[in-house]
Formats: sequence, C-alpha cells, structure tokens
Amino acid sequence: MSEPLLEFEHVGKRFFGAVALHDVSLAVQPGSVMGLIGENGAGKSTLMNILGGVLPPDEGQVRLQGKPYHPSGPADAARAGIAFIHQELNLFGNLSVVDNLFIDRFPRVGRTPLIHRRQAAHRTVEALAAVNLNVSPKTRVDRLTPGQKQLVEIAKALHSGARIIIFDEPTTSLTSRETQQLFELIGQLRRDGRTILYISHNLGDVLNLADEITILRDGRVVVKGPKDDFDVDTMIAAMVGKQIDQLYPSRKGTVGDKVLMAVSRVTEPGIIKGISFDLHAGEVLGLFGLMGSGRTELGRILFGLDSYRSGTIHVDGRMQYTRSARERIRQGVAFITEDRRAEGLLMEASVADNMALVALPRYRRHRMLGTVDRRGLGRAVDGVVKALKVKCGDLRTDVVKNLSGGNQQKAVIGKWLLCEPTVCIMDEPTRGIDVGAKYEVYSIINDLADGGAGVLCISSELEELVGLCDRILVMSKGQMCGQFQRSEFDEERILTAAFDGHLAQPSQGQSGVSN
Amino acid sequence: MVVLRNVPILMFLGTFVVFGLLSPRFLEYQSLENIAKQASYIGIIAVGMTFVLLTGGIDLSVGSNMYVSAVAAGLLMQRSSISPVLALLVCLGVGLIFGLVNALAVTRLHIVPFVVTLATQFAGRGLGWMLSKSRAVAFPQSVTGLGAAELLGIPGPILIFSGVVLMAGIVLTRTTLGRQIYAVGYGSEAAHKAGVNVPRVQATAYVACGILASLGGFISVAQLGNVNSGFGEMVEFQAIAAAVLGGTSLFGGIGNVFPGTVLGALLIQMVWAGLVATRTDLYLQPLIAAGIIFIAVLLDSLRNTILARWERHNIRTEE
Repeated sequence: MSEPLLEFEHVGKRFFGAVALHDVSLAVQPGSVMGLIGENGAGKSTLMNILGGVLPPDEGQVRLQGKPYHPSGPADAARAGIAFIHQELNLFGNLSVVDNLFIDRFPRVGRTPLIHRRQAAHRTVEALAAVNLNVSPKTRVDRLTPGQKQLVEIAKALHSGARIIIFDEPTTSLTSRETQQLFELIGQLRRDGRTILYISHNLGDVLNLADEITILRDGRVVVKGPKDDFDVDTMIAAMVGKQIDQLYPSRKGTVGDKVLMAVSRVTEPGIIKGISFDLHAGEVLGLFGLMGSGRTELGRILFGLDSYRSGTIHVDGRMQYTRSARERIRQGVAFITEDRRAEGLLMEASVADNMALVALPRYRRHRMLGTVDRRGLGRAVDGVVKALKVKCGDLRTDVVKNLSGGNQQKAVIGKWLLCEPTVCIMDEPTRGIDVGAKYEVYSIINDLADGGAGVLCISSELEELVGLCDRILVMSKGQMCGQFQRSEFDEERILTAAFDGHLAQPSQGQSGVSN
Repeated sequence: MVVLRNVPILMFLGTFVVFGLLSPRFLEYQSLENIAKQASYIGIIAVGMTFVLLTGGIDLSVGSNMYVSAVAAGLLMQRSSISPVLALLVCLGVGLIFGLVNALAVTRLHIVPFVVTLATQFAGRGLGWMLSKSRAVAFPQSVTGLGAAELLGIPGPILIFSGVVLMAGIVLTRTTLGRQIYAVGYGSEAAHKAGVNVPRVQATAYVACGILASLGGFISVAQLGNVNSGFGEMVEFQAIAAAVLGGTSLFGGIGNVFPGTVLGALLIQMVWAGLVATRTDLYLQPLIAAGIIFIAVLLDSLRNTILARWERHNIRTEE
C-alpha cells in the first residue's frame, strides 16, 4: 500500500463542551474515493470543516503527504489543493462563468491591473471541457441549471489545482441524467489521480462510487474498510447503531371518504394543464414527477403562492378562488417547501422564533392591540419540539442555521403543526436528511394522516413514495399522466408513466434513462 | 422583451422628446450643454456611489463630504493663497480621508453602512460649519476660471466626467478589483469563501466614493464661485437616484457605470432643466421631478418582475 495522501490522527473537536469529534483517525489513499457517511450531527461536516480550514481541531492533527497540515483559513486550504463542493454552491449568479472561475486571481495583461480577457476565456473553455460542460464562458451563472452550476464549481476546483475534492451531498438538486454525468466525471477524476471524499445520504451512490467507506456516529469512527465489506443494511445499522427493520413506519388509520381538497382542471399556461384530483381525510397522497414536470409549481399554486388561469380548487368543500397563501393558511393548509434554507426557515433566527412564525395570529391575545400570548405560544412550541424530538440546545437562543439538516426540517414541520393543518402539502420533505431523521419524518406524516389530515407528498424519490403513500399521482410535462393505488404500486410502471410525456415528444427527449 | 430590457434608455429618450416638444428652447445647444455640465458633477459623485452600491453598501455622506472638502480648500486659498492645483489636491485629500473613515467604520468596526454614513454626514456638515463659521467661502478668479475652461470646445466638467466614467468602466469590467466588487455585492460570505479580500474591496469602494464626491464638489465650486452652508445638501439623494435610475440595485451586485449611471445622471438633470424650460411653477418642480424619477424606478422594478415571470414560464424548455 502506498503512503496515504491524507491522514487524520486522533482528531477531536468540541463545541461549548459538546463533543463533535472524538479520536477520529482516518487515512485516505491518493487516487481513491472515500465514502463518508453518518447521520446528521455524526460529525462529517465538522471533520470536513477541519480539512477545509474553516475550523481548527482541538486535539490531534491532520497530515497531508506525511507533513503536518494546519490551514489558517479556507484560502489556505485551497492553496494546499483541497476543494470543497458544498451542498449550497458557492458561485456568483450575477457574474459570468469566467469571472467565477478566476475571481480570486485573474490572468493579467503584463504587469498592468487589467484582466487578460482572451487568456481567461481560453483557459475557461479548457476548464469547462475537463468537466464535459459545453456552455459559453461568458454565460451568466444564474442562467445555468443546478447541474451545470455544479460542474462550474468542479471546474473551478480543478483549475485551481485541487488534489483532494470533497463532495458534500452533490446530487440533491440534480436530475437523474445529471447525476449520472457527475458519477462518470468522478470516475474520470479518480483515474486522473485526484482524491475524492464523497459524503452522501444516498447509500446506493456511496456503494457505487467509493473504494473505501468510513462510517461516523456521534463523532466517532464506528467502521471503516473497503467497500466490499458493506451493503446498505450493514451501513444503516452502523450509522444508526441499531438495526432498523423497516425504512417506513406502519400506518394505523385508513383513508376516509371526506374530500379535504378537490382540484379540478387547474391550468396555468406554460406551467400546468388540466390538473384534477381529490385529497381525502387520512390520506397520504404521493405526487411523483421528474425535474421540471411541474410538481413543485403545482404545489405552489395549490397553496396560493402562484396564480392559475382556469379550473377550481375546493378546500374543505368550499370553492376557493383565492390566490393568497395567508388565506390558505387560515383554511388549514400547510406548505413545506422544497428548499428549507431559502424558503422554509429564517436561518439567522432562533428555533422558537421560526416555529412561532406562522401560528402567531392564532396566539393573538387582543384583537385590537395584537399582542401575543407569549406564554401560551411558548408552551405550544415546547410541546411540538418535544413531540418531534427536535435536537437543539436552547430553542430560544439557538440559531436555526446551526442545526443539522434533519432537525431543521423538523423545525419547518413543527412550525406548521402549531397551526393544526387539515391539508399538508410537503415538497421533498426528506431532501438531504439522514436515514434516522427520514424515518422520523415519515412517522410525522403518518401521524398527521392518522389524525385525519390529508397529506400531499411531492417527491422525486419514487421509493419513498411507494413506501409511504396510499396513492400516487404521476405528473409529466405539467399534466397528470397516471394514478396508482397502493395495491398497484410498481416502480417500473410509475417511472414509465413519468417519462411518458417526454417520450411523446421525441424532439426534446434524450431522457430515456431511469434511476 | 427588447423594450423591457432597455427601460432606462427608453425613459431617457421619452423624457427628452416630451420636453423637446413642450419647449423648443429645451433643445437649444446652450440648454443641452448646461444639462451635460450640471449632470457632470452629480454624475461623478454618482459613479462613486455606484461603486459603493455594487458592494451592497450605501454612502449618505457624499453631500457633507463635498461641503467640508470644498470649505477646506477654499479657506486655505483665502488664508495661505495656495495655488488652484494644490487646492484641488487638498480637496481630494479631505475626500479621501472622509472615505477612509467610512471604510474603517464599515470594515473594521462592522457598523452598518447606512448608520456609519448617516453619522459622517452629520459630522461632516458640523465640521464644515465649524471651519467656515457657517459663512459662505468665496473662491478666487483662478478657480472659477477653471470652471469655464474648455478643450476643443468641450467644457471642462464634461471632459472630467467622461474621464471618470471611462476609468470607472475599465476598473469595473476589466480589473480584478472590479469583478470582486460585483462578487462582494452578490454575497460577501461567498466572496470570502472564494478567496476575495472582502474588507479591502469594500474599503476601496468607500474611498473611491469619497474621492469622487470631493472631485464633484470641486467642479461644482468652480462653476458657482462660492460655497455656502447648504452646499451639497440632498446631493446624496440625487447621486443614489442617478445610480438606481441607471439600473443599479440597492442590494448590490447589479448595475454599471456606462451606460447605467451616466444615463441616470443625465435623466435627472434633464428633468430639472426641462421643468425650467417649460416654465413650470417653481413649487411644482420638485414634485414633478420626484414623480418622473418614481415612474422610472417603478418601470425598472416592473421590468424585473415581468422578466422573472417570463423566465418562470420557460422552466421546462431548459430541461
């Protein structure tokens, strides 16, 4: 075995007394892919932040090519050849691809401060070719798709000479085709001798890509070894620390007859066309569709965030023309958005303030003065935090930004539970959260339905819908193109339905691949 | 689409045509030259303002800055009879110090730019009153002569403005600093992670704004001949309005000096001159000017909403 490129030696880190990492030792071989998995809060981010120069370790040390490595900051880590492809991309949407690639050091014309634009453009074309991305260097980055943006980020890492590239949940916002392309690229980088650290909750992907796998739990390394030692079940068991018999909790209640939300021929030109369905009391209704099928747009329209041109939406038997989210909330509709960072939470506010946000009018003590019954609201928040098992320090002072993904999502859900919704629209409720937290979110969804609410669960993970839902609707190209009862669930047939709209128009269709 | 993307320039042409039709005098060469000269000093200050706005900041102190720096230069000329060139350098020096104070407070003490520059606005005005005992400071012939100077028939202020715009345009589009100003305006955290020295970029913008404010002040003085205690008041609003009319975002990261801020500065002066030329009631003028500026900004904001909606309708064509 050759000498490891990167070594963590007995690394420990504490935050205000809480142990984030304890005695972590880990060696990564050059030119290999190391899969790093663990539940949210297991210490993966902390470990990578130490490597990326964001945090110093309290104990132990890191060695790079055998030499001690103490980066003073992210810039220092970048100079040492370590690049971080974050979950949220670190690009400037208002600037061109060239500007993004060279923002810290543009090539210059001789000794003048002027940018050598031709050279920069030329080198950008080369860098983009290395990641198989074919866009003009002058394209503004906010005009690119999420997948293209990620390739730009990788191109940036490569051109600044990165030897070690850390991927943190890189596939969450990618289509299946883009994911496939990313995996091919990772394989290619590995063959070129670059070292990859790959963090993901998608265990199948990790098994697929990694040479070696390390599993963290509660800040410690629980298992590490070549990937052949693992399968999905053993990985989950090691992450959670106990065997999870089933990925999906069982349901107690049954679907009722009462229609909570009736949608009839809702159309918005260019977005969705003739959408009709009923959502019943006690029902978990899945909505499946590929990226761009209009699934999120439909959710937004149902919640009154966007307008629609024709059709009707009845909530609780009453016809509702409204296109105001405030009105919907009053009718008992909740909407959990797909992007909790940007749309679901005030990242800089405390957990308690976030959760109280929507329910505030319900805790108005005085009609005229509008004062808030803080004690009552506080009790309600405490109750929900306890019921959902949101893990945080002091929920009055802890900022949501510092919670793990799973706990953030629970805070979003808790915010809506305070309003006791009858119809709950959830867009990608388990995106980017770990197996344990997913199970808890599924339990919450089941409890909601068992309590008589209707849940519309929008997801791009078919497996999840099949495990969770009573019925699945399939959207494609803005239209409803299939409906499956639980007894008819068949992943292949559902997928075929979802691709149908694409195949019908061969001029646009290269998307014949399934997951 | 073409119409929407070019709102500032269409607004500019529209205003020009309307005033031209209402008053032929408005279209005379002398009137147009006056507009350009007036726009020059506001425009120079607005260029500095654009730098600060692009980083996501704001500078409310430019009016007080031009007052203090002009008072300092004027008093030195009166008492020590320094040369006009030296007076200009003193003026720019005071502007630079002004910018530095703003920059330090924003980048080192981490005080919100709005509050910092509100404070320096007040402090600057007070300092100017103290120095001048709030009396008007007159400038000698040697300076007012500069105000009337021409080169190849082009008035000096317009030449200097053009030079400033050219330089600023090159800095913003063709230097690392310029691109980093846009990056910082898009997100200072992201810029920091990308290896940009964020405090230095921000500081440069405030210092540039300070120097340009004092330069604008000096040019204005050279035309007026003296500085009274209200000199430079409300200039910050005109400068911000010029930048915003030209499409610069108050949230940072979006905008340009040419054509943006230049058009904005010209548009504002054109409205004032047009109101005078059409003999509009003196007391109505500010209201009408405010109305026109409001409409321009409204159109710009409508445009962004419509463009965003238009792009939303095209999500699936990208797949």
